[in-house]
This record gives sequence, C-alpha cells and structure tokens, in this order.
Amino acid sequence: MHGTRILDEADRLMTVCNSCRYCEGLCAVFPAMEMRRAFSDGDLNYLANLCHSCGACYVDCQFSPPHEFNVNVPQTLAVARAESYAAYAWPQSLSGAFARNGLVISIVAALSMAAFILGFVALNDRAVLFGVHTGPGAFYKLMPHNVMAALFSAAFLYAILALVMSVRAFWRDIGTPIGGRADGGSIFQAIRDAGELRYLHGGGVGCYNEDEKPTDRRKLYHHLTFYGFLLCFAATSVATLYHYLFAREAPYPWWDLPVVLGTLGGIGLVVGPIGLFIAKSRRAAELLDAQRYGMDVGFIAMLFLTGLTGMLLLLLRETAVMGPLLALHLGAVFALFITMPYGKFVHGIYRFTALVRYAQERRGEAGS
Amino acid sequence: MSSKYDVLVIGGGNAALCAAISARRGGASVLVLEGAPKFYRGGNTRHTRNMRCAHDAATEILTGPYTEEEFWEDLLRVTGGKTDEVLARHMIRESKDILNWIVEQGVRWQPSLGGTLSLGRTNSFFLGGGRAMLNALYLTAERLGVDVEYDAEVTDLVIEDGMFLAARLKRPIRGETEIRATSLVAAAGGFEANIEWLKQYWGEAADNFLIRGTPYNRGSILKMLLDKGVQEVGDPTQCHAVAIDARAPKFDGGIITRHDSVVFGIVVNKHSQRFYDEGEDLWPKRYAIWGRLVAAQPDQIAYIIFDSTVVTSFMPTLFPPIAGQTVAELAGKLELDPAALEKTITEFNAAVRPGTFDHTILDDCRTEGVTPQKTHWARRIETPPYLAYPVRPGITFTYLGTRVNKESRMLMADGRPSANMFAAGEIMAGNVLGKGYAAGMGMTIGSVFGRIAGREAAKHARN
Repeated sequence: MHGTRILDEADRLMTVCNSCRYCEGLCAVFPAMEMRRAFSDGDLNYLANLCHSCGACYVDCQFSPPHEFNVNVPQTLAVARAESYAAYAWPQSLSGAFARNGLVISIVAALSMAAFILGFVALNDRAVLFGVHTGPGAFYKLMPHNVMAALFSAAFLYAILALVMSVRAFWRDIGTPIGGRADGGSIFQAIRDAGELRYLHGGGVGCYNEDEKPTDRRKLYHHLTFYGFLLCFAATSVATLYHYLFAREAPYPWWDLPVVLGTLGGIGLVVGPIGLFIAKSRRAAELLDAQRYGMDVGFIAMLFLTGLTGMLLLLLRETAVMGPLLALHLGAVFALFITMPYGKFVHGIYRFTALVRYAQERRGEAGS
Repeated sequence: MSSKYDVLVIGGGNAALCAAISARRGGASVLVLEGAPKFYRGGNTRHTRNMRCAHDAATEILTGPYTEEEFWEDLLRVTGGKTDEVLARHMIRESKDILNWIVEQGVRWQPSLGGTLSLGRTNSFFLGGGRAMLNALYLTAERLGVDVEYDAEVTDLVIEDGMFLAARLKRPIRGETEIRATSLVAAAGGFEANIEWLKQYWGEAADNFLIRGTPYNRGSILKMLLDKGVQEVGDPTQCHAVAIDARAPKFDGGIITRHDSVVFGIVVNKHSQRFYDEGEDLWPKRYAIWGRLVAAQPDQIAYIIFDSTVVTSFMPTLFPPIAGQTVAELAGKLELDPAALEKTITEFNAAVRPGTFDHTILDDCRTEGVTPQKTHWARRIETPPYLAYPVRPGITFTYLGTRVNKESRMLMADGRPSANMFAAGEIMAGNVLGKGYAAGMGMTIGSVFGRIAGREAAKHARN
C-alpha cells in the first residue's frame, strides 16, 4: 500500500508493465522501471516525472482500456506527477496552492497586475501614467529602476529558494536506496535530453493526441515556449548587465541585443502557448489529467500573457498606453515568478531532476 | 464504398494487413473485413513482439547473421520434420526481404534490449510491440486507400467450384449484406477461441484451457472454407501452447501471464506428483512444451514450486507467487495434500547432486534416483518461504488450416489450385508448422504469405 490511491494504481500498472516490457524502446520510463521489481512511493514519483506524456505507450498497449487489465500509463502517471508537485512543495503549508491551481494563479495574476496599475496611479500623477515617454530611462519615470530591481529580485530569489527546497526533497525521495549526489556527466546528459525533449517523441514518430495517429506537434510548441522563455530571461539578464555595467538604461533600440532576444523570445512565448493550448484541448480525454486542467491552462495562460504584454509593450512603447502596458507586463512577470514553485512550472524542474537520476542509473548500469 | 472490390481480405491482423497493402500497391481496390471492434483489431498480432527472419549479416537491430540454412534447421528441429519443405524454404527465402519491406510499410524495429529472451540474433523486435506494429500497418493501408470495416462478421462465403464469388455479412455495411470481389484473401486466424471446436479433439479438457489471445479467432472462416472443398492441412490437436498462470483471464491475457520459472524449481500436478523433467531443455524450447504437458495432467492444472532464493532470477510476474512458510502451509493454500507435497519435495531434495548452476546452458546440476529425473539446473528447494505459481495450458494458436501453394493460393480437396482464393497467416500456418514452435515464426508466416497472397490476389484481379 502506498500513500495515495493513485500511487497504488501506478504500482499496479508498473507490475503489469514490468511483466510485459513491450514498451521498453519507447522512452526512459520503462527501462527505469525494469531496474526495479518493487516500487516505493519515491520510485513511482520518479517514474511519473520521467514520463513526458507522449501517449505512445497507451496507443501501443494491448492492455489499455477497454481491456480488463485497464492499463493507462500516461494518465495515471500524469495524476501521480501532479500529486507529487504538492507532496514536495516548500513550504508544505503552501502545497494547497496545487489543489485549485488555476484559480490561485488567476487571482495572483489579477492582484499583481492591479497592484502595479494602482501603484503607478498612486505614485505618479495621471499625466505621467498616460504620458508619452521615450528615450533611455522612459520606463523608470513610472517606477524607479531600483524599486523594480529590488521587487523582482526578491520575487525571483524566493522562487529559486522554494524550488531548490522542493527539488531537494524530491531528489532525496527518488535517490534512495542508491542515493548520492548527481555527477557532472549525468547532469550534462540530462541537459541534452531535456534540451531536445528526447522522450516527447512517441518512440520516434511524434506525440499522440486525439487518436492512434501520431499527429501531435506538441514538441514544436513546447520548444517555442521553452526557448522563448529562456530568450526572454536572457534579454532581461543582458539588460541588467547593460544597466549596471555600462549604465545604459532601457528601453533599448530595436536592434540592440536585449530587444532582439526579447522579441524572439516573445514570439515564442505567444505562439508556443497557443499551440500547447490547442493541442491540450484536442487531446483524448483518456490521456488527460482532468483534475489538473486548470493548473496546465493557468501556466500556459501566464506564459502567454507575459509574452503578449511584452510584445505589445515593445510595439506601443512610444505611445500613451506604455504606462498601463508596462503595469500589465510587470504584473504578469511578477505573478509568474511568485507562482512558479506552486504551479505547472515545476514540471520542468522535476522532469529534469528525474532525467539526471535516469542518466545516473544508466551510467551505473553500464559501469557495473 | 463500391459494391465490388478487386480484393477482399477477411481478417485484420499482420497477415491480412500485409496482404491488403501488397494488393493495393499492386493496383487493386481492397476491402478489409475485420470481425472485431476497432480496439481488438489485429487478432493475435496485438500480443506479438517479434519476427524471425533470415539475414546474412548483423544489422542495427540484429546482433549477427542468421542464414537461410540455419533458419531451416531450426524449423526442422522444432517441427520434427513435420513441415512442407518447398513452402518452408520459400518462406525462409522471402523472409530476408520482409525485414526491409515491413519497415517500408511504416513498422519500426527496436534493438533487443532487456528481458530474458535471447533472440537478439535471430529475431527483430517491434518498437512498442505488436499493437504498435499493427497501428503502423493500418495507417499505411488507410493512406494507400484500403477500405477497412470493423465489427464485420462474415457469416457465409459464396464459393462455386473452387471460385470465390461473395462474402455475406451478419450486419449490412452501408446497405450491403453481400460483398463481391474478384479475389479473396482469407487471413482470419485459427480456431483457438472456439472451445466447442477444441473439444472435438481434446474432450472436456478443453474447458480448462486458457486462450492467450483474441477471443475473436473462432475459426469460422476456416470452417467455411474446409466445408466448401478447400484441402485441409495439419493435425487439429497441434497448436502453440505454453503453461500460463492459472489466474489469467479466460481470453486475451497475452504475454504477461507467462512463466519462465520452471527451470528454478519443480512442477507438480494436483496429486503433488512431478511428471516431467523440468531441466530437459533450454529456453525457449522448454517454454513451448509445458502447455501440452499440463494439458495432459488431471484437471489440466499444475504448480511450479520453488523457494525464496530464486525469486529475482526470472522475469517479474503479473500475479505474485503464492507463499507458505512451510511446505505444508503452501500445500494448504494450493489445496494440495500436504503430506504428498512434502514427500515429493523431500525425495527431490535428496536426489539433487552437487553441481555448478548456470541457467543459460545445460549445466551439471542434476538429480539421481528420482523419477522423473531433473537433468539440469536441479537445486534443493529448502529456503522458506516456499513459493508456487499455479499454471494451466495457454493456447496461442492452432495449426489446422487450409493447404496452400507457393503463391499462397488455396488448394482444393482434389489438389487443384483455387481460381481466386488465397490464404495467409494462422489460417494456413499448419502448412509450415506441423508441430512445435520457435519464437517469432507466426509473424514470419503472416508477413511473408500475406505479402504474397496480396500480390497474387491483385494480379488475378487485374487479369
């Protein structure tokens, strides 16, 4: 017996799958399963986070429903995975944020945006808020750079701390009984696997979505979203360096590095989430974790809002709506940061950690 | 849907789809009638995993060459010579090309990874298993314009003087209850799911058989063909039968109910008596013999008995072993006579001679002075908990079928080839497999003769 009903079911499925093993060539979940004969809660959470939900094992399985063995690995692991996010959340008192995540995220996002707008209204007069500001330092007429930097650094550092603490708990749970630290080679392997989404490929033909035909473009949309996010992050980092090292103040001209990075990233963050949302809405119900639909959509929406407000800000920054748009954009980014440890964002962190563990196990096996 | 097709394929598994694709590529219009609903499409192919093909050199997926001659010798050995040499050699030659042809139809192979099967040199494994392979074939067939109907149960075949005219359906398909076609490919499997038919040869014992694969292989097409003058081939009692877990479902338990632990213990019947040398032969031959051995025991039940020292030596099992701290406790749970089981184990343990255990070769661990002997891998059963798996005969497929020639064309009872009827897959497997089995051969028969049947059926239709 396990801690939860879904882990009991995951254990039952892994027992079925381990006596079959037809899927061992499809992804990392099944070879990892084959290294075990019994499954602890930590093992099951590890396997659940190793699953990329490509759906291939469901479509390929001779025992998937309506067969009486009722083997539905993608859905079961999706639910187990979502439950693991709450189980490892730090601090535990905030783990409830996962239960009604869509609602929590929307409220936080709405409050953040409202706070920035109200803040801008309260601290500036109307003329400044709706004024046309151009040239270096234009943004800081609405909010001093130091305030902005302090606020976002605090939010970001909190997110990092919470994530590190959560991953630590996860790593400990999945690391036993073998335990130990991650080695450089395994981390490098996991970066490659995560970077190319190696296991989101249905064994080579692509993802499964509405039926048994591999037509899903989720890998492409995920790449756009993920690399879009990284490019935006890089844009912000470069801009911060510009500010402190070269005393060059935003906004920067369109050809300058932070803007180029931000524009490319923004396009990714707009197109990617739209694609992911459409893919999700078409996905066969039997593959989905219906309970966590709100969490998935909430995160997609936050990324989309971040990208969209950023792009609008770029396009309209020399007009009178710059002030309100800046408030919306900062509100979206702020909400994204502080909800990161309590939403779908963590899937990437746990999956990467699971990939490190998997690389480590494979290396251990090859070495023995 | 047009009312008349060039080629009608009855069946929906590997052989049927290879026939449909090959006929369509040969320019014919093709309809596939699959008797099962969509999820259960593909008959026993759903449960398969690999295919045995001859090849002259190692490839990305195969660890070494497997020559035509070696394949032939393996076939000769497992069938004890009960095979049609001309057909078998033809199949083996064609199997070389099938390895690539099947990939061209969208099927993907995987390297042989783990598990306990040592087939990496001779057999190619489907990535994702048999259902993945089927999905790929169906996608290709549909893309090429093959029509497929599910739940399409054929109730009668109109055959005149060895010539197929039409098939009648239980349920009309878009208004038609009779489908006419210029050529027929029968690829509708064996009759293993038809317990009443099995009873004709096995008596009441057949009630205790478990059917490993599809419940839809009831042999109705085979019976119609034989009744309408197609020549019969094969021994009706011959089939692919292994010992599977007695707790498995009656139908469709598939691969996961198998046991490969015989070598690590002993096997007793309901009287707690051993009845065969558990150490006679290596996997996979020993795997293929235990179904028939258990079928010959009272009530068609037996128990693999071993102890706690070997539980991690074989594949994890779907059903956990039944355990007892003492032999008597185990016997109680198995509803065996405790004294009898204790006596059997004590006598067996006393007969075990020292040796060096190695389950991958015929090792020197054997018994002396007990009947039957265990000639290899004999070790004492003495470390509690004592464990057992109950097993029953698990029937994979039957060998009674329609006789065909090298063109996969059915032969009539008088020896004449049919004008337009072809057969492929399990329905004609008995031509090649008179008895016995070697892993992956069912798929070889299906793909090779399916491809030939489709090609020849299209050729006939277009003449």
